[in-house]
Amino acid sequence: MTALPFLLLILAVVAGYVVNRRAARLIRDGGNRLHSMTSYHGIFSALLILVPVLTFTLLWLVFQGPIIDRITMASLPEGVLDGLDSGGVQLVLAEIKSVSRGQVFGTPEDWKIAAADRFVMLHDRADWWLVVAVCILSLGLLAFARSRVAADFRARQGVEGIVSGLMIFCSTVAIFTTVGIIVSLSYETMRFFDRVPVADFLFGLNWEPQIPLREDQIAAEGAFGWLPVILGTIVITVVALIVAVPVGLFSAIYLNEFAPKRLRSVVKPVLEILAGVPTVVYGFFAILVVAPAIRNFGQSLGLDVAPNTALAAGGVMGIMLIPFISSFADDALSAVPQAMRDGALGLGSTRGEMMTTVLFPAALPGIVGGVLLAVSRAIGETMIVVMAAGLMAKMTINPLDSVTTVTVQIVTLLIGDTSFDNPKTLAAFALGMMLFLVTLIINIFALRIVRKYREAYD
Amino acid sequence: MNDMRKIERDANMTDTKITARGVNVYYGDTHAIKDVNIEITDKTVTAFIGPSGCGKSTFLRCLNRMNDTIDICRVTGEIRIDDQDINHKSVDPVQLRAQVGMVFQKPNPFPKSIYDNIAYGPRIHGLAKSKVELDEIVEKSLRRGAIWDEVKDRLDEPGTGLSGGQQQRLCIARAIATEPEVLLMDEPCSALDPIATAQVEELIDELHRDYSVVIVTHSMQQAARVSQKTAFFHLGNLVEFNDTSEIFTNPTDTRTESYITGRIG
Ligand SMILES: Nc1ncnc2c1ncn2[C@@H]1O[C@H](COP(=O)(O)OP(=O)(O)OP(=O)(O)O)[C@@H](O)[C@H]1O
Ligand SMILES: [Mg+2]
Repeated sequence: MTALPFLLLILAVVAGYVVNRRAARLIRDGGNRLHSMTSYHGIFSALLILVPVLTFTLLWLVFQGPIIDRITMASLPEGVLDGLDSGGVQLVLAEIKSVSRGQVFGTPEDWKIAAADRFVMLHDRADWWLVVAVCILSLGLLAFARSRVAADFRARQGVEGIVSGLMIFCSTVAIFTTVGIIVSLSYETMRFFDRVPVADFLFGLNWEPQIPLREDQIAAEGAFGWLPVILGTIVITVVALIVAVPVGLFSAIYLNEFAPKRLRSVVKPVLEILAGVPTVVYGFFAILVVAPAIRNFGQSLGLDVAPNTALAAGGVMGIMLIPFISSFADDALSAVPQAMRDGALGLGSTRGEMMTTVLFPAALPGIVGGVLLAVSRAIGETMIVVMAAGLMAKMTINPLDSVTTVTVQIVTLLIGDTSFDNPKTLAAFALGMMLFLVTLIINIFALRIVRKYREAYD
Repeated sequence: MNDMRKIERDANMTDTKITARGVNVYYGDTHAIKDVNIEITDKTVTAFIGPSGCGKSTFLRCLNRMNDTIDICRVTGEIRIDDQDINHKSVDPVQLRAQVGMVFQKPNPFPKSIYDNIAYGPRIHGLAKSKVELDEIVEKSLRRGAIWDEVKDRLDEPGTGLSGGQQQRLCIARAIATEPEVLLMDEPCSALDPIATAQVEELIDELHRDYSVVIVTHSMQQAARVSQKTAFFHLGNLVEFNDTSEIFTNPTDTRTESYITGRIG
């Protein structure tokens, strides 16, 4: 049933294409010079039908459910909903829906059965109305498009207009999504700050997100100071960068300038595969291999090493970031014009001197941009740290200690009992908001640096 | 072969700086330079002319082994500078390039300050023992590059911010700063307007008192103006090499004649 409108739409689109192209051909064969090629006339008609009708159908399908829900609930007999809170009303609706699907438990009241019948009938009717609407709309547009066919009709510009409109839409999807994320995050964050003072969150040194389970349980007041958590993130990020930046840069420099072609053609794809390894797998690697190794090594030196060290999590995260940094640096180095290399070599510098004195400085903005993007990835990385970092928030910068990160805390806060009206769960949104802000600031920095120096060579 | 003997006679009158014998260059399977013999005299300007794709740049790049940097490029034959075989394995191409400077078709200043652009060569070759000495080298090179007056107050500004003609003179000054013995120029004026071209030509005329200059050019007038010797290349062959005045007034080969009169090329 839901497939029918789409089938009709496809038919109409094909028909529009064929009809308009034929019409244009007839005009051309009649000896007139067409402004646009015949296929543009066809595509114009096809797009003119496809875009509005598809949009219309999708919107209809999105709104059909909620609207029918409302009509059903509004037409219930007087008084049956009295005394119910919003949860209760939802429950009634759910019951009506399950009855309408034929899943009857116990003996529902008569008015519920009647409502279920009405619900089914409304849906059937809506489906038919949709088919009718699609038909009328498609035919109308088909006729309209056909009426436009003429020797001097600018079908190509029409097509270009529609396509560029589509492209504008696609390129703004990400922006709207981001805005939506910010709005929903800020809403929940505001609710969190209603319960916990902003200053406590921003400057508190304790992170113990418990809440009283019963009203009278005063002892378990939570503490929501995010500093130890963000400190943990910073420690792990720094460890990751200490691993990733030098290794990534040197591998990029080597591959870009010094490696024989054959080696490059092997190593580059392998590095890219490394970038495709799922982070869960890195997490395994961290807990099964790296963490025990660090612990054993540390103990053999007589050091006190925690089982979940920041070093293990950060180190493995660093390995994850190596391909990221090296491919960015490689791109940046490759983008330096050949003329710069020729100039340096022509003045008698060795390849090494050329790299350190000309290529690297010229590529620096791109490299810095890549590193900063890697930083935001490290800050936002979740799986590796959930598996390999600790849970307890500590004010420490010792990489051999166990620390927790913002992302780990968000995950643990939202796992299990999640009612969205206590500070414990809402704290996750506040943390998410801060994470978002921090990475946003770093990204803005990255973009600025890249943009500022981009025109350095030309 | 007639003209070859004539060249040798002429060359005896002054010092020969560069001698090429039986030079062949291949890009993979493309035979870009075919058995070229030439003797380039010291302290003269030698112009390479010829239609596009005939191998002028390729041959020029043989003289400082810049072709080494192209993977698929293979050079055979013998090239001597001051009786040293530059392709001999005892010769370090890096040192050779300090000795044989090069200016490219498109101005390519580094994205560094004007000062650092000039100081680049002296720094990597350790030509200056102190900051004062380096300052002197920079000033001297910029003066010789006929650009000192324009940039003396803005040595800290990026070299990329100069105009095209200024950039090219900066690149010439940069090449001079390493005190080369030979200066190779690959169409140095092709990106410049007539005024900047005139400045660069004047500069070339100035330079040939101390260096041998080899210049590739597409402009017959330019070759006639600045060079004492002219070599005409065609399809990878060195067709004719003689005094510039001879080439332009009395070419011996019909291909040369057609080219300079504008019938091929
Ligand atoms: N890097 C390269 N790889 C492959 N072939 C090349 C390369 N450089 C030059 N060639 C080939 O060698 C031949 C000579 O080229 P070259 O650049 O020396 O010509 P040119 O005389 O300098 O021409 P122009 O006046 O257009 O600069 C051409 O056929 C060209 O296709
Ligand atoms: Mg050339």
